[in-house]
Amino acid sequence: MINYYDFPDVKGHFDKFGGVFASETLMKCLEELQTAYKKYKTDEAFQNEFYYDLAHYVGRPSPLYLAKRLTENVGGANIWLKREDLNHTGAHKINNTVGQILLAKAMGKKRIIAETGAGQHGVATATVAARLGLKCVVYMGEVDIQRQSINVYRMKLLGAEVISVKSGSKTLKDALNEAMRDWVTNVDETFYIIGTVAGPAPYPEMVRDFNSVVGREAKKQFNEQVGGLPDAIVACVGGGSNAMGIFHEFLNDETVKLYGVEAEGKGMSTGKHAASINAGEVGVLHGNRTYVMSDDDGQIIETHSISAGLDYPGVGPEHAFLNDKGRARYVLANDQEALNAFHLLTEVEGILPALESSHAVAYGIKLAQKLAKGKNIIVNLSGRGDKDVHTIAALEGINL
Amino acid sequence: MSRLNKKFIKLKENSQKALIPFITAGHPHPLMTVPTMHALVKNGASIIELGMPFSDPMADGIVIQQSSEEAIKKGMTLSSVLDVVCEFREKDDKTPVILMGYLNPIEKFGYQNFIQQASESGVDGLLIVDMPPEEADDLLSLLNQYNMSQIFLIAPTTTRKRQEYILSKSSGFIYCVALKGVTGSNNVDYGDLSEKFTTIRSLTNLPIAIGFGVKDVESALAVAEYGDAVVIGSALVKKLGKCNNEKQIKKTIKKFIKPIAKALNKD
Repeated sequence: MINYYDFPDVKGHFDKFGGVFASETLMKCLEELQTAYKKYKTDEAFQNEFYYDLAHYVGRPSPLYLAKRLTENVGGANIWLKREDLNHTGAHKINNTVGQILLAKAMGKKRIIAETGAGQHGVATATVAARLGLKCVVYMGEVDIQRQSINVYRMKLLGAEVISVKSGSKTLKDALNEAMRDWVTNVDETFYIIGTVAGPAPYPEMVRDFNSVVGREAKKQFNEQVGGLPDAIVACVGGGSNAMGIFHEFLNDETVKLYGVEAEGKGMSTGKHAASINAGEVGVLHGNRTYVMSDDDGQIIETHSISAGLDYPGVGPEHAFLNDKGRARYVLANDQEALNAFHLLTEVEGILPALESSHAVAYGIKLAQKLAKGKNIIVNLSGRGDKDVHTIAALEGINL
Repeated sequence: MSRLNKKFIKLKENSQKALIPFITAGHPHPLMTVPTMHALVKNGASIIELGMPFSDPMADGIVIQQSSEEAIKKGMTLSSVLDVVCEFREKDDKTPVILMGYLNPIEKFGYQNFIQQASESGVDGLLIVDMPPEEADDLLSLLNQYNMSQIFLIAPTTTRKRQEYILSKSSGFIYCVALKGVTGSNNVDYGDLSEKFTTIRSLTNLPIAIGFGVKDVESALAVAEYGDAVVIGSALVKKLGKCNNEKQIKKTIKKFIKPIAKALNKD
């Protein structure tokens, strides 16, 4: 049996995935980051401060909530929601930024940069930078700026400079490219807070570790409320940070089935989707080897999802690894299914999920129907949907 | 002996520095790339660095980003980059050509296929920006097999220990980046260079090429002092981007490249 906690290796490889594929200028600071992270990962004072902030600033633990009316409505297994939407700033993203900014502080960095898609990571980064009084620059694709205007304004209120990225497809991947370029140029004083479990090592491991509190809480909470282990865990996957966060604690518990839900967009046959594991091939993007969506010539292609946070042509290397080992299954939910799930959860539970998380809810519903009554599914409700209200209204022809 | 080695030996015999212009294959138009390469040689280029366009060039500044986007839009692919080199070789079997780019298109092409076809096309070396030597073993053994050079970058941030490691994996020449930043940046601190290159020189017999930030005769001469070759990229690509036909390209190169080549070779 594989011990999933043996990964990544010292060079950041999850078997054939991961690694460090970065330009030479960044190698020194990636090594410094690796060394610093290794040190603080086991440093008691650092970990105490991290958990103190998670409790008192983020508001952890987030509840594990049995969605009774949703379960009844769907008819099948019990659906539990891990309420990351109740965190400060509205999503799981804050877990990682709280951790990384402590590391930035410990390393003496004065300037923070980040990329963002839906804006949740940008907001979470601007938030912790404001709290520590550090200068913060957030790169965001021009297209995403248009569809997530509320988050853009929130970042500005928090004192961050938001830079509109106009190259390439003008979405998350281009924001990441631009942040990398900034980092190469200002490498000495700048700390780059990557928002997902991608990028060159040590980012995939580090972002996973800072988010793994989600899975640890869920395991304990489930055991207290029900006893034993859940039957399945479902989480949406763009880069895959919320999914790795909840999966990690359960990796060696092979009875717990893990499902990562990729964005099927307008349908696989249309090509307008963001399902990197389901439709991509092994390649190299943004510093690691993973599944990548590219054309016949290896050029990265534009993806589509109703949710900006899933609109990414790569995926964290550990997910690629878990897929190849058969430990997690990567399934699909399309735009319409996500929208339906959004409405259903809002109407029967009074919870507005983010469009990203709505993909997980959509698959959770499907899975619940297949499983027997009394079985238990935990859906990671990674973020709240307030930021998406305008998008949904516009889609439904409502002028707010 | 490889074309690169021959070239550097000959330059050394004549106490000359190599001028290595960088152009993006397929920019400003795929049909203009081969004539551009010949014009560069005619006006004093010693080695040509041909950029393989990539959709997500993370280490490049805006000029090379845009040139890549344009080349891709006009149908340039990795396989047509190799066709370009093939066609160039019909008239020029002496000037070394190295390819510079990013890993994903090569992963898609397949390492074995790509190296074999590149070698058959007359490519002399490969520089993959997002592949540090730590991840390069598979590609290195293929490059050795096909007698092609593996060119790596040394950055201002590269530690002494890494310099030694990188040099142990390098062949052809070593490419030193003169500044922190992306291609086409402006903030070279020439004062820093002297010490840096004395160290690198003491670690290797490989020729040293210096690039990033070179944009005219003055800046070329300033870095040439420390190395054996000068790379000029964004400044050239920017000028070529304004050309609409072969005639303009030839004129631009004559006006821009010839004086730099001349300045580098005058002693």
